[in-house]
Parts: sequence; structure tokens; C-alpha cells
Amino acid sequence: MKIAVCIKRVPDMELRFAIASDRKSLEQSGLKYDMSDFDGYALEVALRLVEQQGSGEVVLVSLGPDGVQETLRKGLAMGAARAVQLKADEVPVDGLSVARALAAELGGGGYDLILFGRMATDTASGAVGPMVAELLGVPCVTAISHLDLAEGRGTARRDLEGAVETVQFPLPAVLSIDEGIARPRLATLKGIMAAKKKPLEVKPAALGEVRLTVESMALPPERSGPKFVGDGPDAVPELVQRLRTEAKVL
Amino acid sequence: MADMFAFAEARGGELRKVAFEAVSAARHAADATGGGEVHALVLGPPGIAKAAESLGRFGADAVQVVEHPGFERYAPESFAATAAERLKAGSYRIAVFPASVEGRDLAPRVAARLGVGLASDVIAFEVRGDAILAEHPAYTGKVNVTLRLTGTPAIVSLRPGAIPPAEQPRTARVEAVVPAADPAAARVVVTELAQQAAAKLDLGEAPVIVSGGRGLRAAEHFKLVEDLAAAFGNAAVGATRAVTDDGWRPASDQIGQTGRVVSPDLYVAVGISGAIQHLAGMRMAKTIVAINKDKDAPIFKVADYGIVGDLFEVVPRLTEEVRKARSG
Repeated sequence: MKIAVCIKRVPDMELRFAIASDRKSLEQSGLKYDMSDFDGYALEVALRLVEQQGSGEVVLVSLGPDGVQETLRKGLAMGAARAVQLKADEVPVDGLSVARALAAELGGGGYDLILFGRMATDTASGAVGPMVAELLGVPCVTAISHLDLAEGRGTARRDLEGAVETVQFPLPAVLSIDEGIARPRLATLKGIMAAKKKPLEVKPAALGEVRLTVESMALPPERSGPKFVGDGPDAVPELVQRLRTEAKVL
Repeated sequence: MADMFAFAEARGGELRKVAFEAVSAARHAADATGGGEVHALVLGPPGIAKAAESLGRFGADAVQVVEHPGFERYAPESFAATAAERLKAGSYRIAVFPASVEGRDLAPRVAARLGVGLASDVIAFEVRGDAILAEHPAYTGKVNVTLRLTGTPAIVSLRPGAIPPAEQPRTARVEAVVPAADPAAARVVVTELAQQAAAKLDLGEAPVIVSGGRGLRAAEHFKLVEDLAAAFGNAAVGATRAVTDDGWRPASDQIGQTGRVVSPDLYVAVGISGAIQHLAGMRMAKTIVAINKDKDAPIFKVADYGIVGDLFEVVPRLTEEVRKARSG
């Protein structure tokens, strides 16, 4: 079984962000980067499938500047066999141009599965996976919380708002993986050492036309801070009074 | 003057709230360009046409209805083919999809089929010259990004609850349309749809959400949260990731960057410290109330009202006072 996992390098969301002087990008100093959360789940799913089958390989693909090599090495340390960097000065915000570059790399690669995280934690868009599926003309199931494969077919479960859907699909397919499906393993020291020798190929990203760009970025206005903070159960009547007269939600 | 397109999502033979939001946002955008037509697309099982008429109330001039027994459930390939075909058949400036789970699956497929740009999960958008500007809260809501989208149609997916539907009544023409791809030929097939109890308010539609965190200390203490929600009468129950990870509540209750992103009128955070991941899911709520024993908990930074204290004393009292206020 041959599985591609597309991973994105994103800034650590716990940090404080500042806007750069161009007013359309993040101030880079002080930012730390790592693999997007959901992509870790996708990689874990891929590694387990190959382990269960007893044969095959997991190939990592990431688009971006040379910094993504660090993220790819992390995935190799977790157990992927090899990695491809689709080199671009930056990751365009236009999902379709990213999808085009990925589809150009993945099409004809003989993959049984192409996995994505449900969304990248920076843009929270989740668009690239289904776009790649459409460009390659293969079936696609998004936001999967449970997955079984048997005899060239897959059964997946996805959580909709207020409902759970069970879906069947043939391979090859593009899937996007929700969190919780399989907690990502930590790389072992042995894995980290081995990752240094695994192949990491660098190719130019064929992005094509870009139709979505960042016009500007701003920090959201701080919330003005609490209008009222009371102490203990005796503060409840005043809170309720304010919810009624001030916030008008009661 | 420009025509707009809206995808009106249905489930179980009924339109969802996001359907009215999409139509209403498209109406607003059309009016802002000097008034064009708004065409909505509804796909559903036989009988859905009846529900579709109600889209006129929110500003749809025409509703294209595709009725098919195979559309009892979401059929991604057939939906995408049909939506792409409808967009090609008209000349629309913007196509609005909901950024619901279904819309997030569908909109990128349609964009890829048409080779046009998509701005996902936006909370506002407008036509500006030959481009569309769209607001998108990124980086877990810590940065507001204004996106610039060129080409036509420009596709946006609209965050549920971001733009409340406004009434703009008119009589919508209802036009029957056939699916562009036979649902029976689909490769991806939904074999089962397990609906939550009908009585349960969905987190995306509830005006009030009461959420619980680790501060509740045990699954059975969620009863306090449920009782408070019941006292409000129009509230849904949410939870933090820590709570759903521990299995105290189902994963579908999780509010946060990796769960549901909500924007209710009132959000009551009970025993929630306010991790970044959770704030990303609820910071757009209009009014936020925090109840926590730690006065330095980050949740108080985003709260409008707070009570520092033992939730096991505060919440039952609040439940009682809310009940009184609502009956008084």
C-alpha cells in the first residue's frame, strides 16, 4: 500500500502574533513552526495502515520554503519512508494553486491513498484536499473520524453538525483526517537518527495562476475586558440583572 | 449590478439555518452592487421544493431545485457537478456556500471544477472594483486577514452564524433542475446517517451555549451544565477539548479550533480556563460569561462578565436565578 501524506508547516498558535510592516504578513521574529495538528493524525493513520498491511510506504509531501524540510524530517522520524519538498518562497493563501502543485506531483505516483489533515491550523480552510481530489478525478471523503479498509474499499465515518455519516468509497482516494482518530506517535531517538539518512527530494512547486491573495492583516480589537467580575454565588443576582438589562440576552 | 448565487443547504428534507444565511448574504452583496438577482440552489429529496419557497423571504429571486431520491443525503460528486453546472449556466459575480461541514466539502470541489478562487470561512465580504474582499479570522482567530479574490465567479464559504439572515421578502420563482451527474453512479456513497435526537439544539443554531471544562472534575458533574442550559430554554451544551478527549462528552460537543466554531448571543463558560484552542472556537460570541475559581484564568480576558468562585456553588444559584428571571 502506497500512501502520500500532505503536511503543512504552520506557526505555533500559542505564541503572540504581530503584524509585519507590510501590514499583510506576520512578523517572523519569535515565531516557531511545527507540523499542523491534523496532519499529525493523518500521518499516524498512514503509518498504521502500512504497518497493518505489512508492506508499502508512506511518502510525505510539503509545499513551502526550505523551512518545511525540518517538518518533513520530523515526519520521517515518525516513520515515513521518504519526503518531497515542493519548493516555493511562501505558501500561497490560494488553496487551488497549492492543490495544482500537489496534484502535479501526486498524479501518476501510483498512490492508493492521499491523506490530508482536516484543515491547517493557520488558515482553517480545509480546501486543498478536496481540490486535489477533483483535479486528479479520484473519490474524496473529508473530515474522517474513523476509517476501515478492506479489499480495495474503504468505510469512513464523519461527524456532521448534529449527525454522524458513514461513507463507502473505492481506492485510490483522497481523504482528510479529523483529530482523535489515532493519536500521533512521538519520534524515537532511533527514528530521529534514521530520518537524517532518508531521501528528501526538492522540486519546484508548479503553482500556476494565483487568484486569492492577502490584502491586509490586522490584530482583532482586544475585547474591552469584563464589565463586571463578581465574587462567589452572592454575585449571581447582579450578573443576572446585567445579562437582562445590559447585555439583553435574558 | 451583479447577480449572486447561493447554495442553500438542506438536511432531512428541511433547509438548514445556514441556507438562509447564504441567501441573505448573497442578497446583501447584490444590493450593494446596485441590485442584481439572487439565485439559490437547493438539492434534496422529492418534496424539498416546498421548503425552497421560503428562501424568497430572505431575498432569493429564483430558487433552482433539484429533487432526487438519491439526495436524501449529501452526495458529494453529484452535488459538485450540479453546482458547477449551475454556476457555468449563469453569470454570477459571487457564489456563497456555507462553511458548514457539508459546505467545506462542496465549495472546494466546485472551485476546482471551475478553476476559480475560493475564500474559505469568511465572516464578511464585499465587491470592491474587479475583486472581492473577504474577512477571514485566521491563526485560531488571533489575526484578522482580509483576502482579495479575483476572477468570476468568486466563491466564498461563509462561517455559520457570522451574518444573521435578514428578511427581504419577495416571491421566488421555483425552477426544477435535473442533476448534472446521476447520484446512483457516485463512487462515494453515504450508507448511513445517524441523526442526533431531534430535540437537541445544534451548537451552530443555538442562541445560548453553556459549556463545561475540566473544572467540573467528573463527567457526572455535567448535570450542572445541562441544568443551566435547560434553565435558559434555548441553550445547547458544549465542552472543551480536554473534556471530549477524556470521554466525558461526545467529540461532537467540542468547541474550539479543532471542534465547532460558534458565535451565539450568549456563551457561558463553566470551569473553563480558556486555552487558545478553545478561545478560537468561541471568541466571536456576542456576550461571554466566565465562571472559574482562578481569577487569573485567561478566559476572564475575553469575558464580558465573570464570577470568580466555586462553580459547584455558583452554577446552581445561577440556574435558579435564570429560571426565575425567565418566568418572571
